[in-house]
Amino acid sequence: MSTTISKDPAISAARGPHAWRNMPDARGHFGPYGGKFVAETLMAPLDELAQAYAEALRDPEFIATLDADLADYVGRPTPIYYAERLSNKIGGARIWFKREDLNHTGAHKVNNTIGQALLAARMGKTRIIAETGAGQHGVATATVAARLGLSCVVYMGSEDMRRQATNVYRMRLLGAEVRPVESGSKTLKDAMNEALRDWVANVDDTFYIIGTVAGPAPYPAMVRDFQAVIGREARRQMLERTGRLPDALVACVGGGSNAIGLFYPFLDDEDVAIYGVEAGGDGIASGRHAAPLSAGRSGVLHGNRTYLMQDDNGQIQGTHSISAGLDYPGVGPEHSWLKDIGRARYVDVTDAEALDAFHECTRIEGIMPALESAHAVAYARKLAAEMGPGTDILLNMSGRGDKDMASVAEAAGETL
Amino acid sequence: MSRLAHRFAELKRAGRTALIPFLTAGDPSADATVEFMHALVVAGADAIELGVPFTDPMADGPVIQAACERALAHGTSLRDVLAMVERFRERDSDTPVVLMGYFNPIDSMGLEAFGRRAHEAGVDGALIVDMTAEEAPDIAPVLVKAGVDPVCLIAPTTGEARIARICENAAGFIYYVSFKGVTGASSLDTDRLAAQIAPIRQATDLPVGVGFGVRTPENAAAVAAVADAVIVGSALVSQIAEYGNDTATTTKKLSETLSAMRAAIDSADEREQEGESV
Repeated sequence: MSTTISKDPAISAARGPHAWRNMPDARGHFGPYGGKFVAETLMAPLDELAQAYAEALRDPEFIATLDADLADYVGRPTPIYYAERLSNKIGGARIWFKREDLNHTGAHKVNNTIGQALLAARMGKTRIIAETGAGQHGVATATVAARLGLSCVVYMGSEDMRRQATNVYRMRLLGAEVRPVESGSKTLKDAMNEALRDWVANVDDTFYIIGTVAGPAPYPAMVRDFQAVIGREARRQMLERTGRLPDALVACVGGGSNAIGLFYPFLDDEDVAIYGVEAGGDGIASGRHAAPLSAGRSGVLHGNRTYLMQDDNGQIQGTHSISAGLDYPGVGPEHSWLKDIGRARYVDVTDAEALDAFHECTRIEGIMPALESAHAVAYARKLAAEMGPGTDILLNMSGRGDKDMASVAEAAGETL
Repeated sequence: MSRLAHRFAELKRAGRTALIPFLTAGDPSADATVEFMHALVVAGADAIELGVPFTDPMADGPVIQAACERALAHGTSLRDVLAMVERFRERDSDTPVVLMGYFNPIDSMGLEAFGRRAHEAGVDGALIVDMTAEEAPDIAPVLVKAGVDPVCLIAPTTGEARIARICENAAGFIYYVSFKGVTGASSLDTDRLAAQIAPIRQATDLPVGVGFGVRTPENAAAVAAVADAVIVGSALVSQIAEYGNDTATTTKKLSETLSAMRAAIDSADEREQEGESV
């Protein structure tokens, strides 16, 4: 199976070989997307960050420390797992899970927070701030802050704090201060506004660890680079296990960090189809969803140009998803670009489909996916049936579902 | 010559510092905003900054955020803001009006369409908070062509090389953010202000306005000693929050606040002209 666009000779010729991994350009643009749209006060710290990051990448000691932490502290490499019973039940493609749920703290988020926290320490910053939606990035940030002895403040929408009370408690146990955000829709986007305000006021000693591949340059590329370990490992592991590359990749997309982490090392493998799964909420037609790539249009929010959910006047719209981690009106700019050039396809899955996939995966594989990752499982089931036997789907099991017990029970009309 | 350039030239000849109040358009209503604008001119405003409400005002503190939410609660759009300026122009063709806001509502209207409509409505400048020097080359020239001055921000964290880059794309005046933080926070360090503004003077002949943290007549006078314009926002907007839909009372309170600042600035300007040290 292949992407349609990869076979278009005109586009291939214009693009040249291996162009997909060369983004962003020097201004942080992925085609028309990305860039730097922030208040001037943040430009100096962003430049400082970009420079420190570039230097760190050239420093063998930094890379060695990062690799050692990923191995000994995070538990990498994570395995790939053949979900045989799930695959057999569908009777189509073989479905493989990249087990990011087995990482320390239970999700892919820590790959990035380790990298950024080491960078913060290297830059002499003593205070870490972060935004969080589901709480996974907040926990992953609080965890590395605890380990490196950095003070940590996590901004979280009050609505999300209610939905993810256990993660709030985890962050507090780790020594982080969790500040409730009451403005706007009281979810991830508002937490990000508040973190940016904090950073503007405390630029001298504070490092802002953004949890996804959004924000102003250099964040989208930097977070992608830290997450790309997922795809690098998985690509090698699939070759080892099956002797070939998978036919398709599937990952859920909120901001899109686990997805880009899986996709990026495969971008130039033109025969590997790429699917990003957005949160369809109650269905795209209902308007209650969090699927900017499926139903939004280009705009500027949180420092970058990307697809956004917005009204006719350019005001950002409220979002809905059963999964707090996907409940965001924007998406990383690289995804917007990959959509426009046709290298990746973006689809959506409803709350109900994700819940159904959650239960099935839990019952027949004994793996409880995060509700975010359950969106990927739900789409992989459909895709496996379409693709048929003899093909392979590699799915990013981006996190484990322990944090979602309350949401799952609530959806089933039960109380814990 | 643009209305802004003309106004600043006039003030310079008279040895006076501009006083520029900020209001969020549509807070609490379009009618009230137009009435407040006229009242502020009577109370001594030399130009008016009109905030375009946005759902995600990342660089603003709680006071302006709340004002945005009040304005958005009844659906104030960028089109509505332009209509308010048009109404203001029915009775005032001299006072410059600068829109201040975030890029997305402008981008959504279309940059060229915005420039054209803003100019037609009588808008003189646009300060796009999240337009950096990196993105300005794609944005600022379109505004200039439409006859709208791109007013640009410079911050305490801005280095000299960046100051020069920012000034390349700026017109009307430079808005100097007096401290690291969001609008309405903490207070001014006026002692350091003169030193911080010096490199901007080196880079441009544009007037320099100072905003963020001007709360009292004393603040205003201190800023007037070093800047060409004093910008006051949260101190006014917090009164709208307090008196709300009682437009008569709010108008009176806004006028009193601005008049006191005007008087303090005028005294400072006179002292400066008499050669006393301030």
